[in-house]
Amino acid sequence: MISGHLLSAADLSKEQALNLLATAKELAQITDGPNKKLPTLRGKTIVNLFFEDSTRTRISFETAAKRLSADVINFSAKGSSVSKGESLKDTAQTLQAMGADAVVIRHGSSGAAKRLADTQWIQAAVINAGDGTHEHPTQALLDAFTIKQHLRPDSKDLSGIKVLIVGDILHSRVARSNILLLTKLGAEITLVAPPTLLPVGVSDWSVKLSYDFDKEISKCDVVMMLRIQLERMADSFFPSAQEYSRRYGLNSARLSKLAKNAIVMHPGPMNRGLEISAESADDLKSVIIDQVKNGVAVRMAVLYELLGGAPLGDSK
Amino acid sequence: MGVLLSGADIDRAIKRISHEILEHNQGIPNLVLMGIPTRGAYLADRIAAFIGAIEGAVAVGVLDITLHRDDLRLRPPKPLLPTKLPPGGIEGKDLVLVDDVLFSGRTIRAALDAIGELGRPKSVQLAVLVDRGHRQLPIRADYVGKNIPTSINESVKVHLSEYDKEDLVELIK
Repeated sequence: MISGHLLSAADLSKEQALNLLATAKELAQITDGPNKKLPTLRGKTIVNLFFEDSTRTRISFETAAKRLSADVINFSAKGSSVSKGESLKDTAQTLQAMGADAVVIRHGSSGAAKRLADTQWIQAAVINAGDGTHEHPTQALLDAFTIKQHLRPDSKDLSGIKVLIVGDILHSRVARSNILLLTKLGAEITLVAPPTLLPVGVSDWSVKLSYDFDKEISKCDVVMMLRIQLERMADSFFPSAQEYSRRYGLNSARLSKLAKNAIVMHPGPMNRGLEISAESADDLKSVIIDQVKNGVAVRMAVLYELLGGAPLGDSK
Repeated sequence: MGVLLSGADIDRAIKRISHEILEHNQGIPNLVLMGIPTRGAYLADRIAAFIGAIEGAVAVGVLDITLHRDDLRLRPPKPLLPTKLPPGGIEGKDLVLVDDVLFSGRTIRAALDAIGELGRPKSVQLAVLVDRGHRQLPIRADYVGKNIPTSINESVKVHLSEYDKEDLVELIK
């Protein structure tokens, strides 16, 4: 079981991560039934504090919280006092005064979630829903859940699964969290990206590197495409979108080289026609919609473990 | 510490409960069993096996009640255990809940809520191996292996060979 906050996939032990996935599986089964609502978090207040735009993650956390009967307050920077210049500290203290039990934070600055958790501005449990180019731990959990569901339903972990992560590694918090979590669960990861979109120090990570997508694609079980994050790109990292798409995009020709049982993943939102072609995104091998569905169950599991009981060590 | 029921006693109690369930429900056509994990689930399997030997197969399920407990926020959260619907579901069935020890009655209250989530059985009955008293809610068992008057400070521990070393019920002071 986890306690306190969820800030980084690195904070989770292998056992805690597998426990979360098992809990998520049970919750997914319950919410597939006729009555999707559980009374577990009745009376708790969860704030979605979103300083960056989001569709999937915010709706997913909101759905997860509501299925556990928690009250949800949605906050987005646009249309709030943040646009008048209010600081993170003042926003946090406002939420504290209103009695938030958990804060789900997405912020453009790496480390924002940790800042919120480490200071005394707010007592609530902090869940990192994406901080800058740093981490997005619940995305990694739902990806691990989806991989396990499709490729290893009956085994304990993800030993021996070969995962290819392709694209904008440099700006990707999804890639960082996934590398930390999936390697912990036994998967082997290969990164494929143009040299300009790999971070400094990537050679120290416990992953393989390649610049040749065509060579790697036939050898993997999972191909995880990353979005080209144009909003974080001030410089030009590749000559043109067409050239990027030709060398690092997933198209029908590459799709046909995938192993029979391999799956295609994308954290969304997709740039169809850039990193992934429309026919690849809609192919039978694509589990992108499953990722979204599983996101709700995984986030319910996280909320249950963080808010479902008294803090660890506080029992009678 | 004292032994309340031996392995043979547990066996006899399960057989008697099985007969009582069959007698009360006039056989198995509309009957389903649901055990509350961990040990209630094994007891439900044993009752089903015995009923299977004398009248025919009966549907068995497992019901985890963790998310419905009323003491959730007083204790650290517990990992969820699997819930398995019996084949054919519980809608309109005569459902027998099975647990090892009946004490405050709060587990059974949570179980009734959890059942409500899964469907609407025609009736819900309760079978327990040990009833140790000290109810905090208006709940009673329909089938009891053994009534054991206890002091509130004692605890009753059921061991079953599927999960523990042996079959045994003991009183811990």
